[in-house]
Amino acid sequence: MKILITNGRVLDPAHGIDGSFDVLIENDRISKIAAGIEAADAERIDAEGCLVVPGLIDIHVHLRDPGFEYKEDIESGTRAAAAGGFTAVACMPNTAPVNDNKVTTQYIMQKAAQAGHAKVYPVGAITKGLKGESLAEMGDMKSAGCVAATDDGRPVVNGEIMRRALEYARSFDLPLISHAEDLTLVGDGVMNDGFVATELGLRGIPWVAEVAAVSRDVLLAEYTGARLHVAHVSTRGAVDIIRAAKARGVRVTAETAPHYFTLTEDAVRGYNTQAKMNPPLRSSDDLDAIRAGLADGTLSVIATDHAPHHFDEKNVEFNLASNGIIGLETALPLTLRLVEEGILSLSEAIACLTIGPAQALSLPGGTLEVGRPADVTIIDPEAKWTMDPEAGQSRSSNTPFSGWKLKGLAVFTIVDGRIIYRRS
Amino acid sequence: MAFNHKHILGIEQLSPEDITLILDTAESFKEISLRPIKKVPTLRGKTVINVFFEASTRTRTSFEIAGKRLSADTVNISASTSAVVKGETLEDTAKNLEAMKPDIIVMRHSCSGAPHYLAERCNFSVINAGDGAHEHPSQALLDILTMRQEKGRIEGLIVAIIGDITHSRVARSNVYALVKLGAQVRLCGPGTMLPPGIERLGAKVFNRIEDAVSGADVVMTLRIQQERQGKTMLPSLREYAMFYGLNAERLKLAKPDAIVMHPGPMNRGVEISSSVADGPQNVILEQVENGVAIRMALLYLISGGDKLEQSAQ
Amino acid sequence: MGKSETIILDEAAISRALTRIAHEILEHNHGTENVALVGIRTGGDHLALYLQKRLQDIEGVTVPLGTVDITMYRDDLASRGSLPVGKTDIPFPLDGKRIILVDDVLFTGRTIRAAMDALMDIGRPQNIQLAVLIDRGHRELPIRPDFVGRNVPTASSEQVMVRFDDRQLPVEVCLSKP
Repeated sequence: MKILITNGRVLDPAHGIDGSFDVLIENDRISKIAAGIEAADAERIDAEGCLVVPGLIDIHVHLRDPGFEYKEDIESGTRAAAAGGFTAVACMPNTAPVNDNKVTTQYIMQKAAQAGHAKVYPVGAITKGLKGESLAEMGDMKSAGCVAATDDGRPVVNGEIMRRALEYARSFDLPLISHAEDLTLVGDGVMNDGFVATELGLRGIPWVAEVAAVSRDVLLAEYTGARLHVAHVSTRGAVDIIRAAKARGVRVTAETAPHYFTLTEDAVRGYNTQAKMNPPLRSSDDLDAIRAGLADGTLSVIATDHAPHHFDEKNVEFNLASNGIIGLETALPLTLRLVEEGILSLSEAIACLTIGPAQALSLPGGTLEVGRPADVTIIDPEAKWTMDPEAGQSRSSNTPFSGWKLKGLAVFTIVDGRIIYRRS
Repeated sequence: MAFNHKHILGIEQLSPEDITLILDTAESFKEISLRPIKKVPTLRGKTVINVFFEASTRTRTSFEIAGKRLSADTVNISASTSAVVKGETLEDTAKNLEAMKPDIIVMRHSCSGAPHYLAERCNFSVINAGDGAHEHPSQALLDILTMRQEKGRIEGLIVAIIGDITHSRVARSNVYALVKLGAQVRLCGPGTMLPPGIERLGAKVFNRIEDAVSGADVVMTLRIQQERQGKTMLPSLREYAMFYGLNAERLKLAKPDAIVMHPGPMNRGVEISSSVADGPQNVILEQVENGVAIRMALLYLISGGDKLEQSAQ
Repeated sequence: MGKSETIILDEAAISRALTRIAHEILEHNHGTENVALVGIRTGGDHLALYLQKRLQDIEGVTVPLGTVDITMYRDDLASRGSLPVGKTDIPFPLDGKRIILVDDVLFTGRTIRAAMDALMDIGRPQNIQLAVLIDRGHRELPIRPDFVGRNVPTASSEQVMVRFDDRQLPVEVCLSKP
């Protein structure tokens, strides 16, 4: 089984490769990257005008399986990932039951393997039942396949427990992912605190709720010497703290999501529940800071926080609506907009979707290397399309980008030398 | 002057001309309430449903009387008798209401934006009778009508609004309306009760009631609701009264002919002292009387509002 | 295109017609006892004021004068939209009064129906009599005027208009064809 990708622009930020090459895949491995490869017996993919990049990796996805299969399951979620160009996703543990044990981890891995779409790296819980009280069996879960631990959806409220979790995870070189918010400052807020919230008469969540929590967790990472990855950064303050920590040599990485560099709190106007998320969409000043953080590498990861919800869970009063949006099939074009706007180079943008996330959680992949598993995404960067959530692969359609005119999409997604998505 | 709105969701969407037309129409309707037979056939055959997801006696009664004086069939659904307690979604409630073919739904809801939700999904007209901490347009309109009657104008008036601006839909609607009509609005309360960016609506913000009241033509105090303010907004009602309560001494700082308003119900001794509440400057009962006229005007104007485009020759 | 307009009554003719109506009112009601004028806004109220002055000139008595706005009593809210509502002002008790309802042009009779309903909601007059400057026919209701300035046969597509000057005195009556 051979695949020869010809005429494409091969872009591998990890190795500084950017040029016109052919890529030959034999069985599940990349066997050659060079100009003018001859392989008469290979299936040929003409990538004229396209980018050939390492398979995209999304390290923040809610597959909702087990427990909330009416929103998404591992099959539909990984199919959506493949359609969005992602060859691998890391899935969050806030399922029912919570992924705080080996058995649930095994279930996720087994179901992902059966589905045969994108690879799935489970993320286990930090505390049992995400209750923030006692540590989950992180060592056992890592042995079973978990790549990190988080209580995502909730912060670890108790500082002592977060400290011990970091110390414990350090022994296994397991990164912890911080869902950073001070719940006492969040209160019953439903959107960013500021003028728009004042106008709409909605309770606000101040930026300081995120920044205070990021501070604590970054300082704890510094204190313990453990690895910390900060999820869904949405504020200027958090970017500043992470930038300074990195400069001090703290082992911290951080991600933001496409909505935080694309939308502001203004999207909530009209009580648009599709713009309700946690952390909330922030001010334009925060948006600028997020973009600057991506540009200078403070935020080395773009992750979607893909959070499917049933139609009914968004079709309610704003206060009662569920938080979050789907993102797997819009992340790539929204990231490419940053290139168009001159915020990131194309190589930097692709890095945020490949080597950045791979390094954050020490995942395989994220580069194109001869002899390594052939996870490859072929992107048509000029393809124009209109976002229609109903036409997507996710089981849910909660997105504020419905109807947006976007540019760029995945035309082939290849996992372990197998074409798992081919745009028709 | 045409009134081209199908819904009254907030003052924010109304033009100064719209507001003036509503006030003028209300003045014409006031006379009906003075007759021995307080009823005209204007809205005969129209069905108005008052849907109150949050307790209210005054506003609901006022809308009910307004509808009845215009001969509309007026029905009340309150949260205690509606399906809300059974966990029905707003969408299902809306569909059920729609099936009863009402012409107008008057809605109060504790969630900001709930009337907008209804208006987007249904055929009937929606009047917002208060949504969360967002808007309460009929209250602001009756306040403005009262000010206009007492002062002869709105433009140039100095209006001080004292209280919990953060949680007050009355304050927001009044700020929109007063700014549109050219009044100077002052907002005053402790820091916990002044929401971020409120001055961007065109109002001046004060921390001391004495500064806010000084030279004012109108002083409006808002109800302090402990159930809403919780423990973190105020140390005590006593301290609020001490620093932000409107008493006779503070009222002296306003213009001698200043009027005192309150959207009710009052907490005597908290945001307003009894001597002020019962004093000669208060127009609180005029507000209530104007409430019926304003709501008649809204029901009337809304009933023809969506027909205007067809009839314009 | 364009409308063609004919003046049916000039200022002098209007004045003569209203003076005659004033005399007829007095004759019919044997003087001014219990007589009150109510003009229908807008147009009829100006003519009612005019008639009040005439009655004063003739009898030396000022009869009570009121105005009625019939917007709230219209039967065409659905098709016309919400027209501005004017003020109804009846500054005397209606009960037992002989009401002379005054309008400028009588056409379908629907305005008069609305005005009578409006008056009935305010009180119980002894009777209501109708005075109009122009009766142009085309009645849609069983309503007939008691006092008429001029009968003017018209086509229903035509318009009849009474013009007033800025002191609200009637100046002329025009007939315009579409």
